[in-house]
Amino acid sequence: MSIDTVELEDAEAALSAPAMLEVKDLVVRYGHGRKAASAPAAVDGVNFTIRPGETVGLVGESGSGKSTIGKAILGLQKVSGGSVSFQGSDITHANSSRRQELGGELRAVFQDPNSSLNPRKTIGASLAEPLRVRGVAAAEARSRAEDMLERVGLPREAVDRYPSQFSGGQRQRISVARALICEPKLVVCDEAVSALDLSTQAQVLNLLADLRDERGLSYLFIAHDISVVQFLAQRVVVLYRGQIMETGPAAAVTESPKHPFTQALVAASPVPRPAEQAERRKLRESLGVRTAAAVAASAGGCPFSQRCPLATDLCTTERPALRSVGQSGVACHYA
Amino acid sequence: MIPSITPTATPRKTALAKFSGHRLLTSPGGLAGAVWLAALVAASLTAPWWLPYKTEDQDFTAVLSGPSAAHWLGADELGRDLLSRIFASAAGTLGTSLITVIVGVGLGTILAMTAAASDRAEGIISRVTEIMMSLPGTVIILAVIGAVGTNIPLIMAILGILISAGIYRVMLGQAKSLQSQLYVDAAKVDGVGTLGISVRHVLPGLMNTVVVQSALIFAVGMLIQAGLAFIGFGPPIPQPSWGGMIQSASQHVYDAPWLMVPSGAVLALTVLSANAIGNALGKSPNAAASHLPSAAIRRKRAADAAAAAAAAPAVENAPAAGQLSVRGLSVGVDGGTPLVTDVTFDVAPGTVLGLVGESGCGKTMTAVSLLGLLPSGVSVTGGQILWNGKNLASATEKDLEGIRGRDIALISQEPMRALDPMFTVGYQLTAAIRRLRKAGKAEARAAALSLLEKVGIVDAQRILKSYPHQISGGMAQRVAIALALSGKPRLLVADEPTTALDVTVQAEILSLLRSLVKDTGMSVVMVTHDLGVVADICDNVAVMYAGQVVEGGRTASILDNPRHPYTLALLAADPHANTAHDMPERLATIKGQVPQPKDWPAGCRFAARCQFAGSACAVPVPLLPSGSEDGEVRCVKADELAVEGLGWLATEVPTHRVLEIVEKDMA
Repeated sequence: MSIDTVELEDAEAALSAPAMLEVKDLVVRYGHGRKAASAPAAVDGVNFTIRPGETVGLVGESGSGKSTIGKAILGLQKVSGGSVSFQGSDITHANSSRRQELGGELRAVFQDPNSSLNPRKTIGASLAEPLRVRGVAAAEARSRAEDMLERVGLPREAVDRYPSQFSGGQRQRISVARALICEPKLVVCDEAVSALDLSTQAQVLNLLADLRDERGLSYLFIAHDISVVQFLAQRVVVLYRGQIMETGPAAAVTESPKHPFTQALVAASPVPRPAEQAERRKLRESLGVRTAAAVAASAGGCPFSQRCPLATDLCTTERPALRSVGQSGVACHYA
Repeated sequence: MIPSITPTATPRKTALAKFSGHRLLTSPGGLAGAVWLAALVAASLTAPWWLPYKTEDQDFTAVLSGPSAAHWLGADELGRDLLSRIFASAAGTLGTSLITVIVGVGLGTILAMTAAASDRAEGIISRVTEIMMSLPGTVIILAVIGAVGTNIPLIMAILGILISAGIYRVMLGQAKSLQSQLYVDAAKVDGVGTLGISVRHVLPGLMNTVVVQSALIFAVGMLIQAGLAFIGFGPPIPQPSWGGMIQSASQHVYDAPWLMVPSGAVLALTVLSANAIGNALGKSPNAAASHLPSAAIRRKRAADAAAAAAAAPAVENAPAAGQLSVRGLSVGVDGGTPLVTDVTFDVAPGTVLGLVGESGCGKTMTAVSLLGLLPSGVSVTGGQILWNGKNLASATEKDLEGIRGRDIALISQEPMRALDPMFTVGYQLTAAIRRLRKAGKAEARAAALSLLEKVGIVDAQRILKSYPHQISGGMAQRVAIALALSGKPRLLVADEPTTALDVTVQAEILSLLRSLVKDTGMSVVMVTHDLGVVADICDNVAVMYAGQVVEGGRTASILDNPRHPYTLALLAADPHANTAHDMPERLATIKGQVPQPKDWPAGCRFAARCQFAGSACAVPVPLLPSGSEDGEVRCVKADELAVEGLGWLATEVPTHRVLEIVEKDMA
């Protein structure tokens, strides 16, 4: 079965099933009042959907707004415009009691395993917290925490220990356990493996993949590393300075990128095979992508125009719309 | 395979250790202070049972007398016993000071937590506290006394409110940083409300500051209370108070100077005790640990290393200029655990060596030992670092200072750390050039400009005038490289130089390093965990595991044809090794984790995690030629694996299926 038929089946499934998450024209500006209105948007008109059981990868450089999107979905960042709907209901401006009503169906795993667990609380207390706020009795919360620890490959006794007694990889498993303890539907993974060593990164990625297959989870997988994303994601959204540059099936985006930025991003990711890497290096150098400039591009044009080897006057004046190229959507005048 | 992991065996933290109580008990000043306060309170509360006199009892034979058998601390102008009066009033003084502490610190903490939770609240509370801090506190307290009389508890409570503004200022920054922790975000995602987050996640983090501030405010409260009593606003007249006693003593300072001593000394001792307790609790546990080793340790280290070098066999033939040869290098914690053992490699001029492995494998320790920059308490315990025929492992600090920056330079993972935020890039760069090249001011400036252009900075003039916070991470790493190049080094030690950067910027920095190596003929020791970076830039590679080199040789032969199971496993676990089409359903993993140095076994250190381990792996394994080019490998089964063409297997069965199978077996 080729990749293309898989994609077609996915597309058909999408038509019948309602979206798990729908992000529409999302705009986030930092700051308050007038200051925010004049500031450049950290997230600027982003649209995407996640279907049930699907993993969407959100890729971009630092400052591209990928983590901000994750925070906006989780209600940790105020949204300036657009909407976020979860299972058909609008949660753009939901407060903490409304979020509590979501029943723990929308959860998160964060990047830094050192600060995502409160160092002063036992693992058991941290795992039980999402259950306790939903009125689960202490004894039951504890036994569920033990079950969940066992599920992520840690001993049950770990409930009584403190985060400092675990390695980075183990703490990230605990974070996964914490996210999954109240049977979520969608988990936002914000750079969930980027602080880990290769072998522990592989363990956590496998665990995420297993749990997805086992429970039919959806993930929004936010990462700067496109190779890590393509292991887990069926679809990829590539961001640059708060705007979507390219979006499409993971294989299409990573193997035949259409947008000059995606091309640069893919070519810059080094592979551990010296001969092939030398080829990739030549390819990257031949692309002619310029170094990031300190100043932002003019508001009207393409955000990538200052670094882009193909940029023309049109690119600096008119923002390209996301349009269909093959299986992907690409925001480039010349794709 | 179930990735079964046993947590590291650190002793469980007790509630006492968490609550900084041990810090109080281990500090002599804090301990003395605590004992004094406890004794004072106990003595005062039990005063009616043991004091020889009532506070109003007058003994006219002892008016203004000094210490005597009847009156141990003497008597005042009305013949009242000083000892009795001091101790009878102690509990009241301490108790009412406690009111100030509870109101001041409590209110300040609550305000800080409220402000940290919401930007709008912070705006309002900050304005209000600014106004409070600008009010004349003394005038307000005197006005209150004028209105309601000398109601000491009320006055102390109002004092607490006035002080809370200052406490708020102290707490706010800390509360805000706690509020921005990821675990607070995680709790918000859980649906924990604002109050719940403040109480459960922010307050515990503030406790240390709360305790320290309480001790200090307690002392302030006592002093102010005594001051008020001194000017006549103490408890009503016959009732004793410390301030009142000092006041009456001051009227007899010429005819009975002793009168001042007991009450003054008790007040001073109590205030000192509170401050000593505050100091003891406030001491950061790591305050003493400094990054650089002390002079004494350096001298001892140099002597030890010299002895080790003398014991080592002499260099056979003097190496060429710019040649680095590390021979049997061992690094360890002073007085025990080894961190790096028997590491041997060569770096020829104009080549790049990659030190690769997971965290905790000794890569960075090996790299910084080349510059003599091992952290405090860690030193070279054996072997040689031969640079231009000189053994750096036994070099004195003075010799190393001549080599560091000039012959061997360092760039680190965090480029911002190499730059001082207080000075412009231009100032830092020219200062380094003037020091290292002994150049004049104008010459140094021209050199700085050309260095920045050399590291690929287009608008060098503007960057020279910028402060570090005004430039991006990639630009800062370029500046850090320019800084490292200012002494025209022959060897660059690069510790994860691109790990904190975006991949597009990483590719640019690697290209820059490659062209610098080509143009200047310098060599590079590159510490990295990224096999793709190794493939991109390194000529040779040494794969490190648990403080040893497990495989070394030409990069192409090691990455394309790995022999050691650890190298095989790393490559199999790396998602970069696959494209989307051949991406496996599961990545290969290595069970368990890198062992702690104290847990290293005598035999192969990787055996416990190795898919191919057998009984032959229990004995120490030497680094032997692998047979492919000039590669070396530390594995008894390397030949066997190579002949059979075995690779590191990914686990085919997802973990939950394994669990199901296990459960069925159990049933």
